[in-house]
Amino acid sequence: MTTVSLTVNGKAVSANVDPRTLLVQLLRENLRLTGTHVGCDTSQCGACVVHLDGKAVKSCTTLAVAVDGASVTTIEGLAHDGTLHPMQEAFREHHGLQCGFCTPGMIMAAVDMVNRRGHQLDEKTIREDLDGNICRCTGYHNIVKAIAAGAEAMGKGAAPVRQAAE
Amino acid sequence: MYAFTYHKPTSARQAATLLAKKEDAKLLAGGHTLLPTMKQRLASPSALVDLGACADLKGITVKGRNIVIGAMTTHAEVADSPEVQSAIPALAYLAGHIGDPHVRHRGTIGGSVANNDPAADYPAALLALGATVVTNKRKLTAEDFFTGLYETALEEGEIITKVSFPIASKAGYAKFRNPASRYAMVGVFVAKRGSEIRVAVTGAGEGGVFRWPEAEAALKARFAPKSLDGLKHTAKGINGDIHADAEYRAHLIGVMAKQAVAQATGKA
Ligand SMILES: Cc1cc2nc3c(=O)[nH]c(=O)nc-3n(C[C@H](O)[C@H](O)[C@H](O)COP(=O)(O)OP(=O)(O)OC[C@H]3O[C@@H](n4cnc5c(N)ncnc54)[C@H](O)[C@@H]3O)c2cc1C
Ligand code: FES
Ligand code: FES
Repeated sequence: MTTVSLTVNGKAVSANVDPRTLLVQLLRENLRLTGTHVGCDTSQCGACVVHLDGKAVKSCTTLAVAVDGASVTTIEGLAHDGTLHPMQEAFREHHGLQCGFCTPGMIMAAVDMVNRRGHQLDEKTIREDLDGNICRCTGYHNIVKAIAAGAEAMGKGAAPVRQAAE
Repeated sequence: MYAFTYHKPTSARQAATLLAKKEDAKLLAGGHTLLPTMKQRLASPSALVDLGACADLKGITVKGRNIVIGAMTTHAEVADSPEVQSAIPALAYLAGHIGDPHVRHRGTIGGSVANNDPAADYPAALLALGATVVTNKRKLTAEDFFTGLYETALEEGEIITKVSFPIASKAGYAKFRNPASRYAMVGVFVAKRGSEIRVAVTGAGEGGVFRWPEAEAALKARFAPKSLDGLKHTAKGINGDIHADAEYRAHLIGVMAKQAVAQATGKA
């Protein structure tokens, strides 16, 4: 067993883990942050996307021991004092989900997209950058709309984007 | 995944020592090939030596007429690098089209080159640009380095430290992506340096990445997409699978080669 210490959603945490523990297992099983999902076994679906030191990564393809000392933001870290993050609000408003299984990964990928590319995202860019996120329900149409709207809302500073953890 | 011990050295030299000491140890870079393989129990190293803290394996520098990229540099870092974008834009483009944004945040050039997946993108760039793979023991040309399907000249305990790319006067890359995995069904990298022209094909060959001499000769007469009109690659030695049969892939080689030349000559 190895001890890992990291910052998750702004809070310092540490856990004793077997080296083969994946980051997603640490989050879900040790920290009970079950918003991050596991949808595949092939690193393709993106349901497990979290931010690692500010960048979107697949937590099912990252070892917990390898991120010792890092800062992680999960879907649970986005809302602030009971107010949804603008990207979450945009998914709600534009009906960017059906079953909701892919949604945490979609939203983390969307916020990462804004961090990389800014607040004006056209449809082509959004669709391209969703390469790593699979949704089996929606047909993507409303997800794309939600991300464009959420990106803009983040720019207007509707609610301060939580950057503390990054 | 089977159990393993985990080690995190802070330099390539320390990593090499660990690798030599631990029986059946494997290097871990971005983990985006190795971890899925371990999850499926297709690999079961007894120890992992994580290169993630080896600062000497990271970074991009321009050295004379070469761009030198550290083995642990991620695909996203190569894609976003102003140095790569200005010296060899086609290389930045290639890195920016590997997998998806999340894969690019973790996957590294060293891991990709060491793995030599027949559908990987980087091998085409290394071969077309005439790159040199630098290890902790020696320097190898791309030709000598890639030896077959998932096979390289790397020996036991050898670590790729960097890859050095001579700056081409013109270069272009075009790939027909597998719509599910984003790997190359066929990818063609063309490069022109002085009077030397190289055309390298990935995703298609039964033996991994290869050069297409007929296209190189045709482009030597004139470096333009039109020079490839009517030129067809044979389907012999080309992969066929559920995604595309050999005939279709062979056809795609010609199409992608033209697109790559168009990109290289600013006509894309
Ligand atoms: C969903 C998905 C889509 C992908 N799409 C593409 C794509 O479109 N195109 C493409 O080219 N690739 C693609 N990849 C592969 C990706 O680029 C990997 O990151 C890459 O192949 C391996 O790099 P890594 O850093 O993750 O290496 P790892 O998985 O950590 O290691 C791979 C192998 O290389 C060895 N190794 C690593 N570093 C070194 C070193 N410095 N010296 C010697 N040996 C070393 C390891 O021991 C291991 O055997 C995709 C992967 C995924 C999960
Ligand atoms: S669970 Fe991580 S990519 Fe599918
Ligand atoms: S909403 Fe069901 S998988 Fe996307």
